Parts: sequence; structure tokens; C-alpha cells
Amino acid sequence: MSGEDVLVCGAGITSFARTRASGRELAVQAVCAALHDAGLPWSRVRAAYGGSDAAGNADTLVSELGLTGVPFTNVRNGCATGGSALVSAVHAIRSGAADVALAVGFDKHPRGAFDPRPADWGLDEAYGRDGLMVTTQFFALKIQRYMHDHGISPRTLALVAEKAYANGALNPLAWRRRPLDADEILASGMVNDPLTRYMFCSPGQGAVALVLCGRAVARELGGTPVTLRAAVVRTRRFGSFEVFSPWAPPGNPLSVSADAAQQAFEEAGLGPTDIDVCQLQDTESGAEVMHLAECGFCAHGEQESLIPFGATGIGGSLPVNTDGGCIANGEPVGASGLRQVHEVVQQLRGRAGERQVPGDPAAGFTHVYGAPGVSACTVLTR
Amino acid sequence: MEGPLSAAAETGSRLRGSRCADCAVAAYPARPGCPRCGGPAEPVVLSATGTLWTWTVQRYAPKSPPYVPPAAGFTPYAVGYVELPEGVRVLAALDIGPEDAEIGMPVTVTAGDGVPRAVGAVG
Repeated sequence: MSGEDVLVCGAGITSFARTRASGRELAVQAVCAALHDAGLPWSRVRAAYGGSDAAGNADTLVSELGLTGVPFTNVRNGCATGGSALVSAVHAIRSGAADVALAVGFDKHPRGAFDPRPADWGLDEAYGRDGLMVTTQFFALKIQRYMHDHGISPRTLALVAEKAYANGALNPLAWRRRPLDADEILASGMVNDPLTRYMFCSPGQGAVALVLCGRAVARELGGTPVTLRAAVVRTRRFGSFEVFSPWAPPGNPLSVSADAAQQAFEEAGLGPTDIDVCQLQDTESGAEVMHLAECGFCAHGEQESLIPFGATGIGGSLPVNTDGGCIANGEPVGASGLRQVHEVVQQLRGRAGERQVPGDPAAGFTHVYGAPGVSACTVLTR
Repeated sequence: MEGPLSAAAETGSRLRGSRCADCAVAAYPARPGCPRCGGPAEPVVLSATGTLWTWTVQRYAPKSPPYVPPAAGFTPYAVGYVELPEGVRVLAALDIGPEDAEIGMPVTVTAGDGVPRAVGAVG
């Protein structure tokens, strides 16, 4: 890592439950909460970055926040929207261009699955017409092969979701707060074999904002800042296996998540064994299983001897998705990545309430993965 | 109507892909450039038989549009990637019962008037 240290001095989040509020209203609420948390007025922000996938332009938030003249850059980068906004804010601090920078991510999606069009993805219309352009199919195809290669059982997939709902029940801002056990999850109806209905997250709503500061400002503010040691975004390399691919190359697929995680750990000067709490993209249960290994937290196949024994639960050796993850919070595309960072910040500050990881966690990690092969990771320390 | 996915007079029901002249990376459907090195790619007729690399079953009707259900209405169908000897895994609709699909099984893949379709290979 080079340049100025970057500290998270303020973190704000809205409820992720369905309400009538617009995405922009949620975003304003999250920004005000983050500023209040930091103890800074909006006029003190020197650079702002943010975006949503489907809920409007972040730079228009200045009409509600105040017309201070701040440079506000819109980011629209699919599942990496939050991560990309955060990286931009980090660069602004590290370069010395700003001593207070804001990153905000928000979204609000209609109910039901996402609705991609073949032409937008450069695909022949036949893939849509013949029913081969369905996001959930890809996740099923990937975990099906992974289970075959690495001996993961369907019950382990159900246990990932069981944990997500259990953690969601402890999180007052989560959308899905009713605990569900593995048997109910397995019996909830097959969507795409081997994945059942309750193993998936759903498109939802929510907003998150983070106030980043340089060391000098953080010192003046006091409070309990968390150091953002690394924030990186990567796109896929040749050899990866991604959603909406009419073909894929042979061999073991490369992982953009592995690339992003490795770079984040290198920048931070830490490794997976240093991490006390982490948030991993859990679009569905299988994703969390695979991302545990892709991000370096275990060997491929080792999940089968970790997850069933509670290792990824709040009291386990590596708590994963302590706020309920995407499965319990839903997937507002622009907000998810920053939700993960918000959760780690609260855990490292010891402010996570009923879902607080015991033993004073000192280091955390976040990971987003999305279409068409993009990943954003961060490493944070107390 | 003939398109990049459809069966063509000179190649029959075989899939038409491409292969890089330099690094031998094969792709489907055919494309002018190599997805790995960006060099020129040449058309190649892909093998008809391969093995099933992975599969799943579409248990609910996808959104229409773009999905067009069969005239008799939606029924669950299998989809998967077929690995061909040219070193390419092709996404295909599987005319294989969900209970019969198995990773590694030999399958035959053909071009028709839509996406590639695969059936269990005899033998």
C-alpha cells in the first residue's frame, strides 16, 4: 500500500427490508447516517463516488444533501458498483486529493429474478428464446461440477443458507429474519439442481455509505476508525467460467475472485489466516462454499469438514456473512459490496450487537463477485 | 434462417466454431478473433461427440420474453456444458431426462434452428 493511510470514520446503512422508499431516498438516509457516525457535516466532504444499478444517478443526491460544489462521480459497474466507488474514494485519499471522501451504493429492484436481454450481452437471440439465458442456471452448473470434483454434499449447501437465516434473525436491518432449518431449505423446491428456492438470494433494496478520511482528520475526530488496508477490483482473465457463456475453455476454471483476493491480501500485507471475520458473495449457497476456497480461506473440498461443524458460524473459527449475507439481506446490486464493508467495520468496532463475533476481532475481509466476471475485495483492520 | 448457431448446408448438423491459428484456442460460436491472444481465428467444424462436463435442470419457466415455451407448454428441461475434443465446452440444451443426466457421460451435440442440442451418445 502506498500514500496516505485510509480510515473508515463513518458508516451508515438502511434497512434492507422491502419498503415504499425510493432508492435515492435510501441513499440520502445512508449518507446522513454515515456523516453523523463520523461527526462530520456534508460540507466537509471533498470528493464523492457512488452509484446504483437500477435506482438512479448518485450525483443527483446533492439536491438533498446540499449544493456544496463537491465533485461527485457516478459509478455504474454492475455488482462491483460499491467496490468501484470505494476504490475511487480510497485513491482520492491516498493521492492527497481529498482528506474526506464519501462512497455510497444503493439500489431498488422489482420483485422476481433479474431480466437480462441477449443483445445486451452480445449473445444470439436463441439463447434467450430457448431458455438458456437464466442467471440461476449458471450458479447451478458451476456448483454441480464443483460438488462432483470436491465432494461437497447438498446438505452442506442447505447449512450455508440455514446459517444465513440464523444470522439474519440477529440483524435488525436484514430482510429475511425468520430462521429456517436445513430440512426446510432442502424441501423448499428445486430451482436449478442442486439449488433449491431458499438457497438463493432475491433482488431487493437498500443503501450503504462510508466516510473515508486521511490520518490527520481521523485523529481530530477521535472515535473508533477502522483502517482500510486494501480495496481492489478485478475483471476476469481468459480461462474463467462465467454467467451467460455459450462456451467455456477446458481445464479447471480460473477465478477472478482468487485474483482479487490475492491482490487485496498482498496490498494489505496480510493473509487469509490473519482474518477474524469475513463477508463472501453468497448469491446462493454454493457461491459461499466456492468463494471460501477461491479467496484462500480453505482448500477445495475442505468446506465439507468445516461448514457442517459450525466453523463459519458467528462463534466458529472463521465467521462468514455475520449479517446474513445476500441470502438474508437480498441483493440490491449497487449496495451489497458496501454492506459487507459496513458489517466488517461494525464487527471490528465491537458494535455488531447480537451478532457480534466474540474475542475482539481485529481483521476482516470482504468479497463481491458478479457478472460478467468481476470481483471486489477489501481488507480492514482495527 | 441461417445464423451462426444454425445447421448449414456444407457442415450439416455439426457445430461451427473457430480456432486461433497461433495458440489453438477453440471457441463457439465462430468468431473472427481469438478470445485469449486477440490474433486471427479460423473457422473449424467441431466434433459431434463429447462428454457432459456439468448439467442442471430448469425447473420453472424462464421469463417470457425472451423465453418462448414449446407449443405444448413448459416442462422442466436439462441444460449443460458438453466438452468436445477440440478443447471447448459448449452450452447446450440437453434432450436427456433429468434423472439420466450424469457428469462424464458421452453425448452427441448437434446444430439445429436454435441453441446446440445434445443427447446421450449410443455406445
